Amino acid sequence: MSFITDWLEWLPELTPGIAISLKLTGLALLFGFPLGLLLSVTAESKFASLRWSSFFAVEIGRGLPALVLLYLLYFSLPDMGVILDSMTTAVIALSWNAGAYASEYFRAGLSAVPNGQKEAAKTSGFSTWDGFRLIILPQALRISTPPLASLAVLVFQGSALAFVIAVPEIMSRAYEISSMSFQYLSVFTLTAVVYGLITWAFLGLVKLLERRLNRHMV
Amino acid sequence: MFLDIFLTVSRGIALTLYVTLASLLIGGILGLLLAAGAQSRSRIIRAVVGSYINIVRVVPPITWLFLIYFGLPQFAFKLSTLEAAVVGFSVIASAFMAEIYRSGLLSIPVGQREAAWALGMNPMTTARWIITPQAFRVALPAIATYAIGLLKDSALASTIGVHEITYYAQQSAKQLHQGLISFAIAGVLYIAISLIIAVISRRTHLMLRKKIGVA
Repeated sequence: MSFITDWLEWLPELTPGIAISLKLTGLALLFGFPLGLLLSVTAESKFASLRWSSFFAVEIGRGLPALVLLYLLYFSLPDMGVILDSMTTAVIALSWNAGAYASEYFRAGLSAVPNGQKEAAKTSGFSTWDGFRLIILPQALRISTPPLASLAVLVFQGSALAFVIAVPEIMSRAYEISSMSFQYLSVFTLTAVVYGLITWAFLGLVKLLERRLNRHMV
Repeated sequence: MFLDIFLTVSRGIALTLYVTLASLLIGGILGLLLAAGAQSRSRIIRAVVGSYINIVRVVPPITWLFLIYFGLPQFAFKLSTLEAAVVGFSVIASAFMAEIYRSGLLSIPVGQREAAWALGMNPMTTARWIITPQAFRVALPAIATYAIGLLKDSALASTIGVHEITYYAQQSAKQLHQGLISFAIAGVLYIAISLIIAVISRRTHLMLRKKIGVA
């Protein structure tokens, strides 16, 4: 069982990468979900220009492979005079990607709320903003939450892409360790186990959340 | 300039399509076996299939590619970059396709199976002529969605050096310092191929519906 001793030796080197992967995921969700909500609202806007910009932002964010989006920002922003470190670039790319997917889930949630709710809010004297915030959004969120939680798991898996622009997350660390030890199979198996365990933990949380949201449905 | 970059990047279309379609085909066939295994009467086979699908899905695709491309040669298999990419994506696709088939199978009422049994069909004939055509029709949109997902995932093959769209885009971005144009072209190509897949699947879906005679 020599691989166990190897793994125990490599784990401390991999751990800082786990923290960075989780941080990247957290930031991408922190910016991506509000962006998604914004995009889903502007998609229904009265102004054509807002609708179109939302359409393009969503289609680029969803239509491009996340890797291409990442490279696009990484290689083109410096040409435009915007110099960002690779972590920031990765956060922007992953937030955009997550936001584009999230906007579809928000939109599905929002359109599932009956129109009568909006009218009722209006006749009860709510302003458009208060009606949206207090009446529509809470009902929509209940519907959007399960797919958004699954999206969060995918965003975590997507964070592995940041490896290509040298963000020192799990994959980068694993690649470094493997190119020093030449134990590629063993190192990447360990990496797969780490990703697998974290994803399983996430999926367990998603299940709990779904059960909690469906409490009233039994 | 624009045309030069376009010609360079579009040289990758062939391998992007090759990786996507080959993995979809191999993964589709493996997925069929897995879906059959998931229906098995033996609890051991069901458990093995279930854990295979779970394990494949919780590990990010890029980790699979690295494991296969860098890890396997340590054992015995020396795979070329292209072979490694096809093997990796086939493994990933097999798990997702198995899930898609499963939901397709679930949508077929038990009555269909019972009716075939009552008519004296054996299980193979039932599977071939009664269940599969109906399940396929249900699963087709999901398969097309997955195919588009796989197309986008195939961009990852560039990280192990397969000469596909993203690889060439990266080359021209580095050589010509035209990152924006190179990757914008790559993005447009991916979206164009996605649209083509979507249109083909829609057409096929409509055709199948007409053939069966339901609106």
